[in-house]
Amino acid sequence: MADRTTTPLVEMEDISIAFGGVHAVDHVSLSLWPGEVLGLLGHNGAGKSTLIKILSGAYRADTGTIRIDGTPVKIESPRDARRYNIETIYQTLALADNLDATANLFLGREIVTPLGFMDDAAMEAETRRIMARLNPNFKRLSEPVAALSGGQRQSVAIARAVYFNAKILIMDEPTAALGVHETQMVAELIEELKRQGLGIILISHDTREMMSLCDRLTVMKNGKVVGTEATADVTEDDILSMIIMGTNPRDKAAA
Amino acid sequence: MTDTAAGRAPAPPRRSFIQSLEVDLRLVGMIGAFIVLCVMFDVVTEGRFLTPRNLFNLTIQTVSVAIMATGMVFVIVTRHIDLSVGSLLATCSAVMAMTQTWFLPQVIGLDYGNPLIWIVTIFVGLFVGTAIGAFQGWLIGYLTIPAFIVTLGGLLVWRNVAWYLTDGQTIGPLDDTFRMFGGITGTIGVDASWIVAGLCSAAAVVLMAMSRRTKARHGVPLKPVWAEGVMMLIVVGAIFGFAAVLNAYEIPSGAVRRMFRERGEAVPDGFVAAYGLPISVLLLVAIAVAMTVIARRTRLGRYIFATGGNPDAAELSGINTRLLTVKVFAIMGALCAISAVVASARLSFHSNDIGTLDELRVIAAAVIGGTALSGGVGTIYGAILGALIMQSLQSGMAMVGVDAPFQNIVVGTVLVLAVLIDIIYRRRLGVK
Repeated sequence: MADRTTTPLVEMEDISIAFGGVHAVDHVSLSLWPGEVLGLLGHNGAGKSTLIKILSGAYRADTGTIRIDGTPVKIESPRDARRYNIETIYQTLALADNLDATANLFLGREIVTPLGFMDDAAMEAETRRIMARLNPNFKRLSEPVAALSGGQRQSVAIARAVYFNAKILIMDEPTAALGVHETQMVAELIEELKRQGLGIILISHDTREMMSLCDRLTVMKNGKVVGTEATADVTEDDILSMIIMGTNPRDKAAA
Repeated sequence: MTDTAAGRAPAPPRRSFIQSLEVDLRLVGMIGAFIVLCVMFDVVTEGRFLTPRNLFNLTIQTVSVAIMATGMVFVIVTRHIDLSVGSLLATCSAVMAMTQTWFLPQVIGLDYGNPLIWIVTIFVGLFVGTAIGAFQGWLIGYLTIPAFIVTLGGLLVWRNVAWYLTDGQTIGPLDDTFRMFGGITGTIGVDASWIVAGLCSAAAVVLMAMSRRTKARHGVPLKPVWAEGVMMLIVVGAIFGFAAVLNAYEIPSGAVRRMFRERGEAVPDGFVAAYGLPISVLLLVAIAVAMTVIARRTRLGRYIFATGGNPDAAELSGINTRLLTVKVFAIMGALCAISAVVASARLSFHSNDIGTLDELRVIAAAVIGGTALSGGVGTIYGAILGALIMQSLQSGMAMVGVDAPFQNIVVGTVLVLAVLIDIIYRRRLGVK
């Protein structure tokens, strides 16, 4: 269990972003500590993906501050996010279908020779090594990823996120396209990464899966946070009512 | 979508001859089509098509379009299009013609024939081409105006900038050294051609051996040694075959007599000279190698293909896709300038209609060469072969005596058919 008395890995404070008058994210704050999995729940359009895209540099927040290890940072592009060891696995996987697994894994961070040319052989060897650990059945390194199955593509996306010493990992619907066996594989990987002290933000629609994987759950509705609760303190019904009604039953109980 | 291809069985243990060679099947198909085309025209023209003279002309006619087609591959791979290349060529040609016939000799006062003239001229042309290309790329990448619109505008603008600069006049004759880039006016002769062929062959063999050794060091599966040997033989054979054909084209005796008369000598008995490799072809080869290296071995090339395959993924991977667009169009502009050197040198003057309709030939060459308009797929050698096929079709029909309207009807039809065949081929293979 994560120690929540230390400095949080990530603090997002009072974050807002609007698209043409629609407040997609409306004064939202959240914190993430090392070694914990934070679940983000909510309907489609609740603002979950938008919020994490601000952290991963795909969008720029209109207001609010982001702190990494207690230091305020400016994240204005995916490159900035990568510099702070924030890695993201997107719902849409964000792979270039026409390139092979090796090219995708190293996209934007290619290994180059002293002359500035790409060192394909070294990159392929590294890919072979990491894939052997992540998904031993995966052998088709030099085929375009368009020709791979959903699970194999997901392995590539995950490998890309964890290979470069991620400290903060954002996973947007990582199991949406996967079968039972592959979903189990991702769950084991999340446990493993948690033990290594990474902070993970997980987005999913599967409430039961979230209850079993996450340490804390944050529910969003209409761009606002409904509530954040430790998974151990709430039932699945509490969470469902937060998602649907947009009210925290525990607030009522306290009142 | 992905499941159909993923369901295929892993590679069977026994591989066919072609599979062992690991050559691109599309390339084999295109070379096949080209050979069929040549043989057909040769039969119809009763042996006039496959002569050293005609093949020499075919080669030098292809160079200008082929140079631009290599750049068009990058443009189309990144899901853009450039309709302005023919007009950009004209502007570069106009600027270079004025630089060498008016600005340098008359304003700066250099003597005609001063070697600085052709060097400075080419630099000026390259600068103009690259700057205009980069500007168009900036409009497309940073101001997000669609490439189709920017370059459609460019098609009109640069054609008429060229016209305005020159008052629509033909400018010439161009500098003697500059004209050596034109083709028949600048060839390196028989001995040098053999030497170049030898050097190219040696380089190719060394590269193939080195790539095999690197693969072995990292434990990447290798193709059989015999397959490697066969590939080396094919490559070396092709290089020497090409040199042999160009070396077989003898300089007509009238031209030989003129050459000797200029030197004040008499033609020795039984003297025979041949043209050998044109400088313009060497230029094309150098550009093809450089562009292939960029495409395969550099980050720039990797990002071009990644952006074409999935622009969002490229952006999220931290690639600056806007700057990439500027770079791609700047390269295209530079190549237009080089093509302008070759095209105007071949004519030995700048004419107002130089490069007209070249944009269509260049796009057709890239597309026939297997560049997919949906982005992410294309090869440099394919585009060059595409240009060669288009040119042989055109000049073959002219030799046979096909009426001009029918020539264009056939070329247009072939373009559409080639893309259809490509689509069917890709679908069979299960790739995009």
